[in-house]
Amino acid sequence: MNTMFKNKAAEREEIEALLPWHAAGTLSRREADMVEQALAADADLAAQYATVREDLAETIVANESLGAPSARAMQKLMADIQADASTARRARSSFNFGEWLSERLSSFSPRTLAWSATAAALAVVLQAGLLAGMFVNEQKGTSFQTASVQSGETIKSGTYALISFSPQASVADVTKLLESYKIAVIEGPTGGVYTVRLALTGMPKEELARTVKKLQDEPAVRFIGPKPTE
Amino acid sequence: MQTTSDEALIGRIAAGDKLAMQVLFARHHVRVYRFVLRFVADPSRAEDLISDVFLDVWRQADKFEARSQVSTWVLAIARFKALSALRRRPDEELDDETAQAIEDQSDDPEVAMQKKDTSAVLRQCMTKLSAEHREIIDLVYYHEKSVEEVSKIVGVPENTVKTRMFYARKRLGELLKAAGVERGWP
Repeated sequence: MNTMFKNKAAEREEIEALLPWHAAGTLSRREADMVEQALAADADLAAQYATVREDLAETIVANESLGAPSARAMQKLMADIQADASTARRARSSFNFGEWLSERLSSFSPRTLAWSATAAALAVVLQAGLLAGMFVNEQKGTSFQTASVQSGETIKSGTYALISFSPQASVADVTKLLESYKIAVIEGPTGGVYTVRLALTGMPKEELARTVKKLQDEPAVRFIGPKPTE
Repeated sequence: MQTTSDEALIGRIAAGDKLAMQVLFARHHVRVYRFVLRFVADPSRAEDLISDVFLDVWRQADKFEARSQVSTWVLAIARFKALSALRRRPDEELDDETAQAIEDQSDDPEVAMQKKDTSAVLRQCMTKLSAEHREIIDLVYYHEKSVEEVSKIVGVPENTVKTRMFYARKRLGELLKAAGVERGWP
């Protein structure tokens, strides 16, 4: 009998302790049912629960009156993230072409934007070309090579240049130029400069100089020069 | 309308998605700010601290193991940052005075009582609680944290959480009684 009384007292204490969480709605279904039953059967407990609910309501009012931070907090956070070493590390480890492209495009003028879109489209075509090339090579039944090695070798064996386009050049101008010279955009822009491939093989010095000179005279080109070898 | 879960946002943040970081910040920064403000009692400092808190979220997102809610994890970081900031300035220890400094606009309990504004008396009495008691009341009532989550944020066992909350309520009742409000408990 005494043990049963003690158990009842302990159970009431336990339920009493749970009242704040019941008011906040953060108890499990089982605990909530237990508290509900006790509240229905114990008037004192129910009166105590009413004070808990008052406390809850006033705690919310008190916190809501504390105001909110200014926009400075978000600005500081984004600046800190930009400067953080882990940000650069993550950018290197998970390169997102879409994000990279959209970040660059957002900083361009409409005209530059237009030919950048063309360049991006050409980059996609180039990638498709590489994949097609890989497929054809595979069909030839030659020895196994990883795709990365193959594309790397292709890039290394070509002739490359750095190019920037005239701000006045239209999409059609740039497209026509790239097509007529069979130029493929490889990467960029970095500071407005793209790396382009002029030929799939290494060009003799004289021929490269002639091509660069010819391109330099094109109105769509602002600057072009051979890409320094790494 | 379905919104992206906090856990999904953390996954995107771990992959370096800054937009996901902005969404998570927008979702939680006001509550985190208010939580931190309770400690430091300085709005400008609280703003700096929440930027630090979310920078830690950015840095540690890949280590988040979903053993607790994201908001619980963020509040735990915020608590640690706020206490560390206070330790750097020992003259601003977390005491009753600091906790009250941010919320002294309302009338004194006696004055409020004369105006028969029981709610204001209650809020005023809350500011007179110890920082420990005030913190647990905020976490349970305002931040809607379960016993287990409070235990994770504060770093004490679950039974201690329940006991601390019980004594916080008891103390609040005593303060109200002293201010002339009899609620029948304790």
